[in-house]
Amino acid sequence: MAGALINVPKKAKRGDVIEIKTLISHIMETGFRHSTTGVPIPRDIITSFVCTYNNEEIFRAVLYPAIAANPFFTFNTIATESGTIEFKWQGDNGFFVAEQASITVE
Amino acid sequence: MSVNRKSARYLAAASMLLGFAAMAAQAEIPIGERRSGYADLAPDSKAMQDDDTANPGMLWVLEGETLWNAKSGAANSACADCHNDARATMKGVAARYPAFDSKLGRPIDLEQRINFCRAERQQAPAYAFESKELLSLSAFIGKQSRGEPIAPPADERLRPFVEAGREQFNSRQGQLNLSCAQCHDDNSGKRLAGSLIPQAHPTGYPLYRLEWQAVGSLQRRLRNCIVGMRAEPYDYGASEYVSLELYLMWRARGMPIETPAVRP
Repeated sequence: MAGALINVPKKAKRGDVIEIKTLISHIMETGFRHSTTGVPIPRDIITSFVCTYNNEEIFRAVLYPAIAANPFFTFNTIATESGTIEFKWQGDNGFFVAEQASITVE
Repeated sequence: MSVNRKSARYLAAASMLLGFAAMAAQAEIPIGERRSGYADLAPDSKAMQDDDTANPGMLWVLEGETLWNAKSGAANSACADCHNDARATMKGVAARYPAFDSKLGRPIDLEQRINFCRAERQQAPAYAFESKELLSLSAFIGKQSRGEPIAPPADERLRPFVEAGREQFNSRQGQLNLSCAQCHDDNSGKRLAGSLIPQAHPTGYPLYRLEWQAVGSLQRRLRNCIVGMRAEPYDYGASEYVSLELYLMWRARGMPIETPAVRP
């Protein structure tokens, strides 16, 4: 599956509040379900999401089994300087996705 | 449980049955009064469908774009090798399916068309129905028709199949002895338990259903309804589904495609 969809404004004015949106493909299997033959389906979820802006952490989330598939995060930050915004998702079974977007602040 | 409560329940059940019996077969929904399921979405779900970076269906569309350009099969060819840029060549295609296939002598839907292309041109094994690959490709192709009006082909050979679909839509089936029309023509806009009964226009397939937490095809949705009527669902790809899809597209003619839509 395609990894993640990221929406970061390409340009912003210094001091502007910008909205960041991320959507990632993941089944978020709770670990509480059983297959039709009664075998427990092992948990497979994303456990953490971190966003950094020029290496400074601006958003972090811890995810739990009750969160639906394909988690969507939206949050705001203040555009301080041009640079890179990085996103990292980590989860069960060695799941790891990293994406980045660049922003120009004028 | 007290006797009174019990009899009250029987009364409720009896009046429900009477209610169903009283539903006279009404005519189809007039063209001007048709509404997409989108119109009845909660504001949150509408926002989710409208924003391509919030719409989870776009994950399948992206995957479909990758598959479109990936070489596959013994012919080592990609969809893009024949069809070039889908943005131009696939515009409006999803709005015209199911279409008549002269070789088979019957209509096929978009998923089947993709699989025939795979078998004949790419010489690759067909994708399973509801597989991620097939859903992704049909979502990607469907997305190219977003905003285009549904335009069933004016093909005389399709007529008996549209009629067969209409017949199915209006026939009672299953242990509940219901027809599609009883809910979706006669009682759309009312509620079944807590949920609004939509008019059942297939404007956004394949679509992301929050209940499924995934993208699914129109055939999967039809299965849902058939199981809900406690009837035996057909196998995926059955011609009964294709006729029903064809009739539903004809019934929704002119309405804009929303693929990939979001529904509750």
